[in-house]
Amino acid sequence: MKADFPALRQKMNGRSLAYLDTAASAQKPQAVIDAVTRAYTDHYANIHRGLYEFSQKTTADFEAARKRIARFMGVSNENEIVFTRNATESINLVAQSWGRTNLKAGDEILLTEMEHHANIVPWQLLRDQTGVVLKIAPIFDDGALDLESYKNLLGPRTRLVAVTHVSNALGIINPVKKIAAAAKNFNSGIKVLVDGSQAVVHMPVNVPETGCDFYAFTGHKLYGPTGVGVLWGRAELLNAMPPYQGGGDMIERVMFEKTTYKDAPARFEAGTPAIAEAIGLGAAVDYLDKAGMKSVAARENALLDYAMKELDKIDGLRFYGTAKAKAGIVSFTAGWGHPSDIGMILDQCGVAVRTGHHCCMPLMQRFGIDGTIRASFGLYTEESDIDALAEGLKKAKSMLS
Amino acid sequence: MKSRNLSELADAFALFDNWEDKYAYLIDLGERLPSMDESQKTEENIVRGCTSRVWLIAAQKDGKFHFSADSDAKIVRGLIYILLSAYQGRSAAEIAAVDIRKSFEQIGLHQHLSPNRRNGFFAMVDRIKRLAAAA
Repeated sequence: MKADFPALRQKMNGRSLAYLDTAASAQKPQAVIDAVTRAYTDHYANIHRGLYEFSQKTTADFEAARKRIARFMGVSNENEIVFTRNATESINLVAQSWGRTNLKAGDEILLTEMEHHANIVPWQLLRDQTGVVLKIAPIFDDGALDLESYKNLLGPRTRLVAVTHVSNALGIINPVKKIAAAAKNFNSGIKVLVDGSQAVVHMPVNVPETGCDFYAFTGHKLYGPTGVGVLWGRAELLNAMPPYQGGGDMIERVMFEKTTYKDAPARFEAGTPAIAEAIGLGAAVDYLDKAGMKSVAARENALLDYAMKELDKIDGLRFYGTAKAKAGIVSFTAGWGHPSDIGMILDQCGVAVRTGHHCCMPLMQRFGIDGTIRASFGLYTEESDIDALAEGLKKAKSMLS
Repeated sequence: MKSRNLSELADAFALFDNWEDKYAYLIDLGERLPSMDESQKTEENIVRGCTSRVWLIAAQKDGKFHFSADSDAKIVRGLIYILLSAYQGRSAAEIAAVDIRKSFEQIGLHQHLSPNRRNGFFAMVDRIKRLAAAA
């Protein structure tokens, strides 16, 4: 696998690279890099408008990518796949389009304590605009969502549940099927949005089977290019939502009195989209289809066990997110050193990890810490990368204690 | 003890030929930094944008600035030591004229530690300049 990823052959600070920051952004396989290059080399043109061959071919490639991504998510109607810039934009789209249309003061949105800022701040903006109320479902000390408390927070004014599928800071996998079912059982009108950025990367996900209404993820964490993300929503729901941004390629007819809009996905894709990037993301899901998400998940689970065994040998580490349902993310602090110092020493050892709050300040506050050191795996991660981390931590410990 | 000036620091760092020793010396410098009074570690004195907590304050006497700063991370404390050796006891005009990038390169640490926003180096520089300009 590693051989497919050119950046992993590079040295960092003169050392072999142990890239353990895939949760922040994944490295790209050659197949994705080639697909982006081909998109600009072979027959590049703008999509959807030109009558000439190049435009039609690029349009076909772009729409084929949409179809492949739909299939990857278990979605049969590719018109339910909206291309956005990233998961953040996908969530903002739902907040501003669905939220502003359907919610009013006093309506409740239910989030969890482990959300990324991308699944908090868009709802706070909506709160400031409409007066909706945010309710927060708590987690247990082991990082797992407290499902009972979550269910108890469902109420007559609950309109939306917005929850992450896998916690980016802890690696905890949320039981989104149960979460969605509980919401729908309580009131079938409640909509459920799932932030899947960290989930689609680590395991097979059949999105419609989760029972949610919206599913968002970003492309660059899924081995694809930056600048392209996905929002999935059921067709009838998307087509009942007003556009999020106005511009070209999303209108049916423009008159000064009234403009009518195309159906989804076009109505949410105003302006020229990230054409080559979407095509690159199509190549990324092809690559993942070949690798098989089931075997990716199995490999990462084995690595997780290996990492816990190796890191357990180092004194003074405290782990966060120790519940059983976990994806390939390990988060910890050290009694003998500040995450910032440890991250800087690991950098010199050729080990790339993320240190800090991981855009989850409320979660860090929940644990009473400023941040953690996070090692996150991808399908190219090997035991040797974890060995390099363990070695680097030992070095950091001797330098900092 | 007396703080080292930039050229003394450059001489000291030149003695070490690997990153481990340079980092160890940086951590050692950080430990020599006078610690800041807990009462001054307020929200207001926090320098934002660092991966660790950094506090920085300035006092002015006879047109010269005296800075105190602290961090909960050891390597950042070492960076603070270096920063203060460039800015301590200078006038506002002198502070504005410091080429901190050049000073950092003079010390020879830049190959192993890039001064950046992430580790707070430039956030601290901005704060120092702002405090000096505002006085």
